[in-house]
Amino acid sequence: MTRTVTMWLLIGLFGFVLTPWYMTDAGFWGFSWISGVASDGESGSAFFLMLLHGRAWLFPPLIAFALSGVALLLIKNPVQKARVIVGITGVGLLFTMMQGLAIVRGGPRFFESFYSTLGGVDGQLGFGAGAGIVLFSLLFMLTTAYSSAGKGSGDAFVVSLIGLIIALVGVFVFYPVSHILVNAFRVPGGEFSATDFLTRLFSSELWHIGCITFSGSCGPAINSLVLAILTGASTVLLGLAFALIFTRTNFIAKPLLRVLTVIPIITPPFVIGLALILLFGRTGSATALFADLFGWEKTRWIYGFGGVYLAQVLSFTPIAFLVLIGVVEGISPSMEEASQTLDANAWQTFRYVSFPLMRPGLANAFLLGFIESLADFGNPLVLGGGRFNVLSTEIYFSIVGTVADPAKAAILAMALLMLTLGAFLIQRKWVGTKSYATVTGKADSGQHAALSRGVKFAAYTTALPWAAFTAVVYSMIAFGSFVKLWGYDHTFTFEHYIRAFGIKHTDFGWKLKGVAWDSYFTTLEIATIAAPLTAIVGLGTAYLLVRQNFFGKNAFEFSTMLSFAIPGTVIGVSYILAFNFPPVELTGTSIILIIVFVFRNMPVGVRGGIAAMSQLDKSLDEASITLGANSFTTVRRVIRPLMGPAILAALTYSFVRAITSVSAVIFLVSARHNMATSFIVGRVENGEFGIAIAYSAVLIFTMLFAIILLQLLIGKRKLRRTDRVAKAH
Amino acid sequence: MTTPTEGSVVFKNVVKKYGNVTALKPLNLSIEPGKLVTLLGPSGCGKTTTLRLIAGLEAATSGNIIIGGEDVTHLSATYRKVSMVFQSYALFPHMTVVENVAYGLTVKKMPKNEAHQKAEQGLELVGLKGFGARLPSELSGGQQQRVAVARAIVLEPEVLLLDEPLSNLDAKLRRHVREEIRQIQQNLGLTAVYVTHDQEEAMAVSDTIIVMKDAEIAQIGTPRDLYEKPNSSFIADFIGDANLIDCDVTHTDGNQSDIVVAGTKLSLKTPANGTGAGKLVIRPHQVILSNEKTETGFEGHVTYAAYLGNMTQYTVDGPLGQLFVISNVSESPIKMGDTVSINFKDNDIRLVDI
Repeated sequence: MTRTVTMWLLIGLFGFVLTPWYMTDAGFWGFSWISGVASDGESGSAFFLMLLHGRAWLFPPLIAFALSGVALLLIKNPVQKARVIVGITGVGLLFTMMQGLAIVRGGPRFFESFYSTLGGVDGQLGFGAGAGIVLFSLLFMLTTAYSSAGKGSGDAFVVSLIGLIIALVGVFVFYPVSHILVNAFRVPGGEFSATDFLTRLFSSELWHIGCITFSGSCGPAINSLVLAILTGASTVLLGLAFALIFTRTNFIAKPLLRVLTVIPIITPPFVIGLALILLFGRTGSATALFADLFGWEKTRWIYGFGGVYLAQVLSFTPIAFLVLIGVVEGISPSMEEASQTLDANAWQTFRYVSFPLMRPGLANAFLLGFIESLADFGNPLVLGGGRFNVLSTEIYFSIVGTVADPAKAAILAMALLMLTLGAFLIQRKWVGTKSYATVTGKADSGQHAALSRGVKFAAYTTALPWAAFTAVVYSMIAFGSFVKLWGYDHTFTFEHYIRAFGIKHTDFGWKLKGVAWDSYFTTLEIATIAAPLTAIVGLGTAYLLVRQNFFGKNAFEFSTMLSFAIPGTVIGVSYILAFNFPPVELTGTSIILIIVFVFRNMPVGVRGGIAAMSQLDKSLDEASITLGANSFTTVRRVIRPLMGPAILAALTYSFVRAITSVSAVIFLVSARHNMATSFIVGRVENGEFGIAIAYSAVLIFTMLFAIILLQLLIGKRKLRRTDRVAKAH
Repeated sequence: MTTPTEGSVVFKNVVKKYGNVTALKPLNLSIEPGKLVTLLGPSGCGKTTTLRLIAGLEAATSGNIIIGGEDVTHLSATYRKVSMVFQSYALFPHMTVVENVAYGLTVKKMPKNEAHQKAEQGLELVGLKGFGARLPSELSGGQQQRVAVARAIVLEPEVLLLDEPLSNLDAKLRRHVREEIRQIQQNLGLTAVYVTHDQEEAMAVSDTIIVMKDAEIAQIGTPRDLYEKPNSSFIADFIGDANLIDCDVTHTDGNQSDIVVAGTKLSLKTPANGTGAGKLVIRPHQVILSNEKTETGFEGHVTYAAYLGNMTQYTVDGPLGQLFVISNVSESPIKMGDTVSINFKDNDIRLVDI
């Protein structure tokens, strides 16, 4: 312990004395701060800021380092030493964070008199590299010491990992979301009021139900709710039909159904909306066709509830399909065989055995569709058309609208959060514990019962037309990008691609002339940085949840899963509210984009990791430990090599999500760091559908290419393992 | 290779609780160096918990664990000089056999060449010379088992732990491998703690058997002690087969006891712990059946007879309840449905649970 703590202490001191405490405009990697670190008021290190600029309030880390050093040298009893250091670093960490929260640009916000006596009237900037290094070194000194401060509290690696993940989730999920709460309680004058909060949260503006009682329109909350219920129900129905065909019939085109499960993952969220416009908009092909054939009027019905609903069902059916494949396959064939040997026919077996066993899975799929629909931003943005407002788009417009109204955004976000968290809690408490899925690792050699004729017919008639429709919608994306102006001028053209991705030869060499190159490269860069970080945080969390036991593990799991239930728009707003000011001032940087992707996509990494790690026999870890390896060596030499597929999945998924995500990102992009999706949204808002679709097509191919590349890179190191070799006979 | 205290294991009032569930009541035990001790008992009795406490994979709720004279209660598994053979073998599937065996050496920073050399020696010891380059999945179950043993012993642990090491092998191989394990343990003079629920396996390999029941020790002794001098009807029933018959002890003087069973007075050459209600332990082969009516003895009725080649098994109903009887007389005249008289070879009968 002493060695590790000393190492962190030295790193912390280095950060305190030799790196700039605040975030500088030039950025850390520019290294232009080096000249000013010992003198400058802006890029100076904490130590010199204290000495030369009277910023005495930066003292806590220095004292913590000094006292820890004394404790390291003087206290002999190792347990006592560890406990003292835990205390010192804990208090140091607390005070360091407190000064950051208290003193903003304009001076201290609270504890004014205390910080004024320390010279805090000038105010300060947000935490930078130096502060980061100091805070992390204090944190790791604390966790390392804690690991040897009592009996059986595990080793330093595990405790540090727990501490790190709690700190990160705290700062980047709970801290920003708490800002929504604070802002929601704030009335226009800046005061806080609980009663006012409730009246605003449940105001009729949000919740009126005119559209149901045929007396006008509905509030956005009701719109969201009705849409989510209908979308959830429809996706479950379609998903079940697909899953039954996929697992219980001899349908010829099963591989095509497989494709259906992959496609939506690499489809940017508003692409389906765009394709629907090309089909059913006023100038859409289907609209024109029906007008010719039946003389139907060309209307704008696609802009509104119908269009959004259609787009969401198209987008989320594959997710329900994916979930329900597992549910349908998870039913042990021996139960169906038992039913058949008891003389039940195919319909009775389905009705009285298979279907009841699927019910919790169906409820689960419904809630997933429900949450996805509530959180969906791209489709309502493209198709809502100002006539059909849902919460997620309302949040967006109250931030980027003509008058930015963070308080209104916060109230809307609270309403949305209430709905999604409600569904999330129901899913976990009620459905999560009632699963009959019987996947045991033990090979169940029976055969699934065939479907009865009625069920089979129903499944085919539901699923196949829908599959055909999906195919038409996706083919629109391909056509739309090569047509000059959809609905008016159908001449074939590469114009959109050239405008977006043109390259020109000039006197100075090749030049990227296309308007999309900037955002394209930014997107790739950020996705490339975010993906491995997401995988590390997600799989690290999964490791703790599956393999370690510690106090508060359930709360820990719940909090890491929570960000799954927080809609992207809510995260976006909360990041703007929280990270626009010191102590953590990140808006406008590319860091905030990376961070938002890491914590948005982390739950999926966690789930994937949990699933993969549960399949690794725990005795492998224990064998490694009893052979003298510590947890870190065990992770490095035993677990990581066996986790290849899960790592690949986490990397791929987070890379792809970083490219396709729009809801949170659209709040956080800046002129310097624009992302592909927000660029496309901009084009859509200008009515430039051709270029938007061309860009989307390029994104889809980029992602396909990346997925294949990752498969080749990581999949090539063959893992040479049969499942649970330990059990081989 | 060991000095006297090295390799000993001592538990002092060790308790293990999971929340409100007590997995181990205050446990005291002492294992001598160089011995193979078996923890035996039905599932859920705490035997695996005890083994994992020695390994350091579980932390004791209270009490002290001393290995080789050193208190290791708070030492994690990484730092204990103990290695373990797992029920599932837990061979690392992505490493070759020699990498598996050398793993413990390399994590202790032994140079790779040297570690592999030692690993090869370990493999030779378990009879797997030349198998080093294979993957575990390319070995048979018995070979995997021996790799697991080699991996554990190359570290020269003070104590070798074996958690039901034979349960994944088929019956014939099991006998062979358990003899091998016993031989290696004796040749190296290792202290070994062995967990099993199979009493025959326990009897075959152990110096001492610790029988556990309901999170505590039921009896400690050599295999012979446990079979011949069980201290309770549980042990009598668990170690071998036994007929347990309710009786009343009226008098005992250390060598001789008078009892009343099914209304009949008997005098037995066996001690009892006192007088009062108790149980008579009669092994199946201690019952003598005969077709002719004898002077002493109870009358019974044969309800079931099964010829098994080297012996015949009977179920006999009578005043003593249902008795399970084994007769080695191959040409026995007794058939199902016969009325027989029942007598006992009384020299090995035990009185328990008084």
